Amino acid sequence: MDALRTLLSEYDVLAAFWMTIKLAVLSAIGSLIIGTVVAVCRVSPVAVLQWFGLTYVTLVRNTPLTLIVFFCAFGMSNTLGLTLAPTIIENNFRWGVVALSIYHASFVAEALRSGINTVPQGQAEAARALGLAFMPTLSTIILPQAFRGAIAPLGNTLIALTKNTTVVATIGVAEAAYVMRSMLEFNISLLYAIFIIMAAGFVILTLPVGIFFTYLSRKLTVQR
Amino acid sequence: MSVQSVLFDAPGPKARARHLGLAVVGGLAILGLLALIVRGLANPDNNQLTADKWKPFFTAEAWTAYFLPGIWATVKAAALAVVISAVVGILLGMGRLSQLAVVRLLCGLFVEFFRSVPVLMMMLFFYFFGLYALGITGSALSLFGVVAGLTFYNSSVIAELIRSGVNSLPKGQREAGLAVGMTPLQTLIAVLLPQAITAMLPSLVSQLVVILKDTALGYIINYPELIRAGQNFASSEGNLIPTFIVLAAIFITINYGLTRVARLLERRLQQSKRGGKTPPADPMLNPALAPQAGALVGDGRL
Repeated sequence: MDALRTLLSEYDVLAAFWMTIKLAVLSAIGSLIIGTVVAVCRVSPVAVLQWFGLTYVTLVRNTPLTLIVFFCAFGMSNTLGLTLAPTIIENNFRWGVVALSIYHASFVAEALRSGINTVPQGQAEAARALGLAFMPTLSTIILPQAFRGAIAPLGNTLIALTKNTTVVATIGVAEAAYVMRSMLEFNISLLYAIFIIMAAGFVILTLPVGIFFTYLSRKLTVQR
Repeated sequence: MSVQSVLFDAPGPKARARHLGLAVVGGLAILGLLALIVRGLANPDNNQLTADKWKPFFTAEAWTAYFLPGIWATVKAAALAVVISAVVGILLGMGRLSQLAVVRLLCGLFVEFFRSVPVLMMMLFFYFFGLYALGITGSALSLFGVVAGLTFYNSSVIAELIRSGVNSLPKGQREAGLAVGMTPLQTLIAVLLPQAITAMLPSLVSQLVVILKDTALGYIINYPELIRAGQNFASSEGNLIPTFIVLAAIFITINYGLTRVARLLERRLQQSKRGGKTPPADPMLNPALAPQAGALVGDGRL
């Protein structure tokens, strides 16, 4: 027990999880922005934009996140010299956020598109039959239903994003998995305690999000 | 496409002209983006597009010494993880459907816990666990870490797929099994599971893509998978960015092929739909399948 206490005073676990939260929140915002743009492209009536959306999703979804993170940190930043911040730590953190945003944007785009797909054809036809113009149809009939249909997959994406922030440990951002690795390297006798503590941290982070989104999607689901 | 017709009416002459205008603007924007990328890669003092940065890929040594072993290591870990987690996942899924509340609870806890812990952390844990508790050393250690980490996560995901597959079967299937005198377990094994697994086959194949992508996480415990192999290659040739592009192309080709197989299976299953309703395979596309707390991110451990 004492050994564990010294360990916890030596390594700042809370700061590590705070870093995880920062990564998750910033990347969630970033991926929501990029993902919305891609989703709009995918459902637009313009063939070029549809093609762009589909290509983005296909390419990014099939690439490992690790590779995207490396491409950003080692390729863009180290090789091409495109730095986003003066210090190395801050720079890697920002490129990590960019990589996470790019990767998860493809899943956000698919979630939004699947939300639109849950709206039955008849809704739009009924709106047009009532004489609603394009914008009112979109804003009062289609999109409100589409967003509700997208809540559950968006929640899943957010949970996966939170867990995936651990991948930026590979470029030295001091988040939970990075701290866990350095803890394990020097205190292997506390293996189980360290794992339980770090895993519990993620359960605490993701479980409420899951419950909240389940509640939200149950509450807001359009009954058909 | 149905997507368009929900959002847009059939275009008239005015709308068609507007779409053309949008196409031109959008096309130009995309071309601009591409030009920006190419210019960034080909800037004069650090040109990534010169021939000597790309020539190394056309030597036999690049493939025999780096890429093929890397692909092999990645595929080996993924294949092992798939087989083991399919077996464990089916058992766990059966446990979650068990008549005994204790078994249900234990399997439920197991599944929920391992679904909410990042795979990377599990790999780290099993790597050090193998070293500390099992005394594994050498190259077997990192393979053990990768496969164990992948297995614990993916068997939980597969257990959930199995459970939702069984739950989406018509009630009559189970009732009929019990009515002809089979025990609940016999009903599950002989009647429900075969149907559930068939219906879930496309999702299981998509899960393969997730596993294959996740083997890349083995990088952190020094598993010699494709990305690490590529990095070793790049550091000897000094062409990091071209190597990353080639690596991405390899991953995309393999995974895209798998996705196509999943889609093909799905279409086959829909055609040969017998009696019962086939549950929609992709949980991302069907909110009803994914209301559980964790991330039933079929395609996406994201």
